[in-house]
Amino acid sequence: MAKITLSQLRHSYFDNPKTPDDYALKEIDLDWDDGGAYALLGPSGCGKSTLLNIISGLRAPSEGRILFDDQDVTDLPPDRRNIAQVFQFPVIYDTMSVYDNLAFPLRNRQVAGHLVDKRVREIAQMLEVEDMLDHRAAGLSPDNKQKISMGRGLVRDDVNVVMFDEPLTVIDPHLKWKLRSKLKELHQRVRATMIYVTHDQTEALTFADQVVVMQEGEIVQIGTPVDLFERPAHTFVGHFIGSPGMNVLPCEVKAGGAFIEGQNVALEGDIDRNKAGKTQIGIRPEYVALGDQGLPAIVKKVADVGRHYVVEALMGEQKVSAIIKHDVPNPGEQVHLQFKPAQTRLYMDDWLATTAREGSAS
Amino acid sequence: MKTENQKAWFFVLPVLLLVAFNALIPMMTVVNYSVQETFGDNMFFWEGLTWFENLLRSERFHASLGRQFLFTGLILAIEIPLGIAIAMSMPRKGFWVPFCLVIMALPMLIPWNVVGAMWNIFTLPDIGLMGYFLNHVLGISYDMTQNVFAAWVTIIIMDVWHWTSLVVLLSYAGLVSIPEAYYQAAKIDGASNFAVFRFIQLPKMKNVLTIAVLLRFIDSFNIYTEPFVLTGGGPGNSTTLLSIDLVKIALGQFDLGPAAAMSLIYFAITLLVSWLFYTLMTKDDAR
Repeated sequence: MAKITLSQLRHSYFDNPKTPDDYALKEIDLDWDDGGAYALLGPSGCGKSTLLNIISGLRAPSEGRILFDDQDVTDLPPDRRNIAQVFQFPVIYDTMSVYDNLAFPLRNRQVAGHLVDKRVREIAQMLEVEDMLDHRAAGLSPDNKQKISMGRGLVRDDVNVVMFDEPLTVIDPHLKWKLRSKLKELHQRVRATMIYVTHDQTEALTFADQVVVMQEGEIVQIGTPVDLFERPAHTFVGHFIGSPGMNVLPCEVKAGGAFIEGQNVALEGDIDRNKAGKTQIGIRPEYVALGDQGLPAIVKKVADVGRHYVVEALMGEQKVSAIIKHDVPNPGEQVHLQFKPAQTRLYMDDWLATTAREGSAS
Repeated sequence: MKTENQKAWFFVLPVLLLVAFNALIPMMTVVNYSVQETFGDNMFFWEGLTWFENLLRSERFHASLGRQFLFTGLILAIEIPLGIAIAMSMPRKGFWVPFCLVIMALPMLIPWNVVGAMWNIFTLPDIGLMGYFLNHVLGISYDMTQNVFAAWVTIIIMDVWHWTSLVVLLSYAGLVSIPEAYYQAAKIDGASNFAVFRFIQLPKMKNVLTIAVLLRFIDSFNIYTEPFVLTGGGPGNSTTLLSIDLVKIALGQFDLGPAAAMSLIYFAITLLVSWLFYTLMTKDDAR
């Protein structure tokens, strides 16, 4: 188990990258504490799998170093980094039994027979696959196969980090939840550093203590699930997390205040004077209320999603979503939108540009 | 409720007719010949199982059957491992892939009798490229029309040259279908190259290899044209394989009854061995 440090990491799939766009990963500096549960969240193609493969050593970075406990491992091959990786599609050795599959990484490292047996049985018990040990691995269901490939990662007690590359892709929805809580439980038991790559916000937010959100090869925010939800540092995080995502509305800034269609909108705090660029207001649908006063809008659709209603309103041409519990308006009705000031933020060039007032957060 | 509908039979009928005309009826005429004696003029005499009994006791049949098994055994023992080895050393991606594939496919595109003729000329001791080189440059006495060992080596090499590509292409198809994650997982698990071959590549190639072994068995067991053109079964009878012997009996001696009996036994052996191969190679899948 180890602390992982990524230092000025850059990677390009081109031989001679010139513009920043040639880089799949743009300058990553990151510290991951020993024993933490982390998620790398981002849309497909944002570079998260590339980053994962660089940490595991399957890919060499174009620039930068990777340190495990301050020891440079950038040039070490995967088998000498003591890492484990679980892939999107379960990788199992078809011709071997479940037992042999689990024992394989240990036997390759010449671990003594009785220790192998002890470890394999321990892991099998943790994963609840003891009754399958004698079965041929090829005949298992996808979720059990994925458990076995996780088990092969966990069986070594010297692993620095276990990495999961979208491991629940092929699992049936009703088993996803089960396997996810199993993972969380395993993390608490083995206390290894775990990194979980996914594009599914629910998976990331339920698994991780800290979520790293990536977009186009850059880290846009690192934080706890609550941070990401409450104070997105970038409009992308606002969009990507939440259902529906944060409303991002163009606005004008004059005399230290924000205006939408001429009306002043109260913000959470002061505007950062050092930032400039395209100005937008970000407000989560959860904090938009309907009332007698506020910004006028026309209700376009109302969706009943069970526990609440999602109201989609048009403010001029601009679409705004609101989540409300009761007093549901009808489509076509004129309403007034009110934004909860403590949750209303200003973004400049997509980056957060307001600071919360003392004691007014959330 | 289950609906009973007999109409389905109607749809099977065309296939049944087709199979009847191209397989069952011709086959039954062979069965018909195998139990009778004929001297032409549509005159037939009932012989019962005499031809079968004679054939199974015949030393000539035993000898050609033995040669047939030797030939097939040797080429399988060479072509399968060689094919896998070549497939594994071929590039998986990049500029050279199509080039390698075309080179590999070329020998298979040449007609059987052309292959026989090519190798015949190639090995002529005085003017053939290989024959001349062996005899006059390396000083090794080589003449496959005189020497039994030389004749055998030549037909084996010819078949390996002509058909290893089939094994290569099938194995290659099996290899490229292995997802990259398997190799990555093996790397992380610390597997040796041999372990990767034994536990990932070989199992993933198993299905295509089953097909390769079956095809190569059936084709080589029934081989006729290439050795016939190359050696004509000689020197002596040393390369007279089953099919060559069968044609000699049927068309050379015009013994239609014994030839028909031999065809049926020949067919039965091919079927039996194919079934054995298939059952043995797929028995693990059932579990």
